[in-house]
Amino acid sequence: MTENITTTEYKQRGLLPFTIRFEPRLTEPPRWYPPLVSLGAIVVALIIGGVLIAQAGGDPFRSYAHIARASFGSLGVFSDTLVKATPLILVGLACSVAFRMKLWNIGAEGQFFLGAFGASAVVLSGVLPEGTSPWLFLPLMMIAGFAGGAIWGFIPGFLKARLNVNEIITTLMMNYIAIAWNNFFIFGVWSEGGFQMSPMFPRGAWLPRLADYAKQIPTFRGLTVHLGFIIAVGAAVVVWFILYRSKWGYEIRLIGDNPRAAEYAGINIKRNIILVMMLSGGLAGLAGASEISGVVHRLQGAISPGYGFTGIIIAWLAKLNPFAVILVSILFGALILAGREIQPSGIPKMIQGIILVCLIASDYLLRYRVRIVRRAEEA
Amino acid sequence: MMSDTPTSDRPDLTELPMMIEMRGIVKRFPGVLANDHVDFDLRQGEIHALLGENGAGKSTLMNILAGLYRQDAGTIFIKGKPVTLSSPKHAINEGIGMVHQHFMLVPSQTVTENILLGLGEPRFRMRLPEYDRRIAEFGQRYGMKVDPAAKIWQISVGEQQRVEILKMLYRGANVLIMDEPTAVLAPQEIETLFTTLRAMVTEGKSIIFISHKLQEVSEIADRITVLRKGVATASGLDARGLSRDELAQLMVGREVLFQMKKKEQKAGKLVLSVQDVHAENDKGLPALQGISFEIRSGEVVGLAGVAGNGQRELSQVITGLRKTTSGRIELNGEDINNRSASFTIQRGVAYVPEDRHHVGSAPNLSVTDNVIMKKYRSAPIARGWILDMGVATDFAKELKEAYEIIVPSVETPARLLSGGNLQRVILARETSGEPDLMIAVQPTRGLDVGAIEGVQRLLLAQRERGAAILLMSEELEELISLSDRILVIYEGQVMGETRDGDVEKIGLMMIGTRLEDIQQGEKRD
Amino acid sequence: MDPIIILHAGVASGTVLLFATIGEIFAERSGILNLGVEGMMLIGAMSAFSVAVATGNPWLGLLVAMLAAGLLSQVHAFITITLQADQVVSGLALTFLGAGISLVLGEGLSKAGTISLMPSFSIPLLSQIPFIGPIFFADQSVLVYAGYLLLPLSWYYINHTRPGMELRAVGEQPSAADSLGINVYRLRYFYVFVGGLLAGLAGATISLAISPGWFSELTTAGQGWIAVGLVIFAQWDPLRAAFGAYAFGALRRLILDIQGPTVILGLANPFYYNPYWGFFLQMLPYAFTIIVLVIGSREAVRKRLGAPAALGTPYIRGERGL
Repeated sequence: MTENITTTEYKQRGLLPFTIRFEPRLTEPPRWYPPLVSLGAIVVALIIGGVLIAQAGGDPFRSYAHIARASFGSLGVFSDTLVKATPLILVGLACSVAFRMKLWNIGAEGQFFLGAFGASAVVLSGVLPEGTSPWLFLPLMMIAGFAGGAIWGFIPGFLKARLNVNEIITTLMMNYIAIAWNNFFIFGVWSEGGFQMSPMFPRGAWLPRLADYAKQIPTFRGLTVHLGFIIAVGAAVVVWFILYRSKWGYEIRLIGDNPRAAEYAGINIKRNIILVMMLSGGLAGLAGASEISGVVHRLQGAISPGYGFTGIIIAWLAKLNPFAVILVSILFGALILAGREIQPSGIPKMIQGIILVCLIASDYLLRYRVRIVRRAEEA
Repeated sequence: MMSDTPTSDRPDLTELPMMIEMRGIVKRFPGVLANDHVDFDLRQGEIHALLGENGAGKSTLMNILAGLYRQDAGTIFIKGKPVTLSSPKHAINEGIGMVHQHFMLVPSQTVTENILLGLGEPRFRMRLPEYDRRIAEFGQRYGMKVDPAAKIWQISVGEQQRVEILKMLYRGANVLIMDEPTAVLAPQEIETLFTTLRAMVTEGKSIIFISHKLQEVSEIADRITVLRKGVATASGLDARGLSRDELAQLMVGREVLFQMKKKEQKAGKLVLSVQDVHAENDKGLPALQGISFEIRSGEVVGLAGVAGNGQRELSQVITGLRKTTSGRIELNGEDINNRSASFTIQRGVAYVPEDRHHVGSAPNLSVTDNVIMKKYRSAPIARGWILDMGVATDFAKELKEAYEIIVPSVETPARLLSGGNLQRVILARETSGEPDLMIAVQPTRGLDVGAIEGVQRLLLAQRERGAAILLMSEELEELISLSDRILVIYEGQVMGETRDGDVEKIGLMMIGTRLEDIQQGEKRD
Repeated sequence: MDPIIILHAGVASGTVLLFATIGEIFAERSGILNLGVEGMMLIGAMSAFSVAVATGNPWLGLLVAMLAAGLLSQVHAFITITLQADQVVSGLALTFLGAGISLVLGEGLSKAGTISLMPSFSIPLLSQIPFIGPIFFADQSVLVYAGYLLLPLSWYYINHTRPGMELRAVGEQPSAADSLGINVYRLRYFYVFVGGLLAGLAGATISLAISPGWFSELTTAGQGWIAVGLVIFAQWDPLRAAFGAYAFGALRRLILDIQGPTVILGLANPFYYNPYWGFFLQMLPYAFTIIVLVIGSREAVRKRLGAPAALGTPYIRGERGL
């Protein structure tokens, strides 16, 4: 099978009066170029997705129009979109931080669940009385959520740093373990009257929503956006500051770009692997806590339609930039929101997959320059 | 030397049949014109040297002949017939084989497997023992001893080169392209290689010998083609009757500084003391086996040795990047053995690593981020845990001016810098802190003459400032001209020290003879 | 709780992991890390079942499953080999894509009813061997026997044949292989395809033989990822992979069986009396994967064995520079 590779390249040419060549870029492309390429990739992905939907017997135009209407059509639905975007921002940040150091944390889903567990434990373990003030409840829940996720990130981080165990697989395995762990509590320990969910949290453990202030400001009526969105945006600012304005962030960026150079610069890589996995896990855990406290108000099984995995795509689409993560998360929030009603139910997941495929394929255009060469030039 | 002895047993060069002609070869890479209408020809039974500086386009031209690249213009004739060489396999089928500077061998496979790779035989089942025997016999035919069952990573660099040559001969190559074959060899190994090459030529093979070393070229070549910046400044000159100065002119286009002028100065206080240090390499095998030496302030100590004799490990051990298993390392009287890399950095140890792309820099980070690599921990760049990017940028701009780094802005990612500029960034970073001790490994490798001079000047300036410098290089000439003394390392031990730059003595030590034994031998003579 | 029954079923369910793991070994040996095994298995399981439902012919389902997963693997091949993109991210994308497509196309399939399964039979004589016979050679699916065949063949192919040597060379030192006229790109495409075929086979083995049916993502329940982990444990050696795969199969079966009886080893069975504790049992395969990875990684460090040297890095020919 290694034969006859000799002159194929010339034979392929000759159909067109020119050939298309890809040459490595020697200079940085202009600033507007990368976002444009990403946008192009999404458009291509939506077209491919449309074709597949049509193949499966759906109507792509109606599906897409529905997505747009159901997520940006009014203040009310846009608020719902932001609610969906909230956990995505945090999970997207979690993935961005880890990916920045080329740590493939694909366990954000499990860390999300552990964050939800941690926040729930604050409420359900009975340490604090029901009527505790939200000023105490909420910070404790968020801290516990962050801690839960951080512990879940610590384990693969430790295994990677100390024993050189591949983190892709460990983080993924930890997802399944996290879900079983939560189920143990939902079905057993905290089950409310045999149902597969915990009792409802007291009001003091709910993140305040805009709708809570509808009495004072009538336009807020029915708006479900909760404080978690502000927390998420704040987290993006903090992550940006850590990455670009702190010593630790410098170390993370250096390790991510060239671990051997980082080692040479005297940076403790193992410690950073563990710390970054904990930060990443903590952010995902915060997402879980915010979702539990802001939306679901109890611990139950179906609290994530795969947020942890969507976070991976968001991080990649945002090119690991914390502020871009916010924007992209809102778009994906819309997709998930509208996707709940789309049939068949696998469509959002499929479209996410296609978007990611197109996106990484499009990176080629950032590294290579397309040149159209006339045949005459070639000699 | 071949060229001096009248080659009565060999016919006149012009009577030898023509093997290969390359006419008007042009090869462009994005941003570079690597070959500009180059002519080259090769006759049967000759050694034709292709001489030129790094980046002159020698390897490019030969990669075209070896089928790895395709020329943008120009024609190749083999025995008068125009050919299109579209793949290495095609080139081998035409009898052209190339031994690359970085060997094209699979380290985890055996010698036999490497030689058989890509061939049509055996068809399916490998039957290795049978082929081991064949390969051993084949090697003997050319006087090249190899162990066919050994894995590539287990054998020495010289042996690996023999495997590469055998690989090509086994494929029936008549034309052998040797790309910088001496770069990795000790002087005595070079002699063995030259003997082999000459033997092959008398068997009727033709050899293209790529090199940037004048001395070697005038020793081995029958004819010489010189490339400069992609242009052939001389094509197929008879090697006899060419002086080294003439060749140098053709190669660089101006007088070459063969000797760097260094100031006479007395060595100062003791800076680095390495006592009986042992350490292991990445494979867990002993790499340093009781090495001891000292370096004083204002002194350049050169470390000569064939690659892979513990140089890398030594530089890592001193800079805190590798643990020792025993021994003592002291810097200015303080024990730095098995301390962290950040500890040695803060104590004033600068390190110019061998591999500037993969170790010395972060390609996608900006020049600013790259120059603060050793300084980001402390004020003024750091304020507590915060990084003051304003200060960092100013610092980078200062270095850009002072070290003449040519780059559009300090925000440019390092990967877009040329080799010489990148090395300047690294040297700027390492020397700007006025280090007490500087370890420089192959600091001029792959640079053009102008850049080499710049780097060497910077090193000597550090010496004058009073730094202690440990210089490791595979270029003996460079070591001799820059160093106050030269140590020779072999299998992780120092074989001896010389101050007079006696190449023969250094060569003997490079293949494992102790200085005392050499001197005793001399006395006996 | 009969050990023979558990081991018998374990070998059967381990066959799924065996196919997927060996497929991934082929891909990784050529230098391409394909994390999309889970996605390819889902595509395989879904298409096998749906074709078997539609045509009534499980063999046809098997064939379509392999081709579908093989086709999907070529998306990864194109992105990573031709476009030189990051293999990790592309593999993740493939997982989403495979899962998404199989969910969309498999909509409603879970209620499709029963199909005729791949045939099961006993091997005469061999099944009479005490202990071994009833476990390995009695009443097993034809696919289980196919696994027994694949195992030595793939080991021999990789280690003792010319194409196997070329496969290893491409994964270790592609530039060396390329310089000798071996088409690195083509070989990598080919072995990624082989990986896809075997992942599809693994998926089909689930839906046509081991636990027939289509249960959306629960069909595979992360076995594709376990397979990727097993490759590391196996140190890219099919024989070690088999050991891991069958052991995992037995573990899965044990977990199911352990919750049944009221008394185990003379003690009251805690899993029977506290059914929620079963969730801890469910964690076991995943926890064991992590443990197995730790063991594999430690051994690799101790013996200084490593992954194929070029694993995960794109091969770019004729790049100017170092």
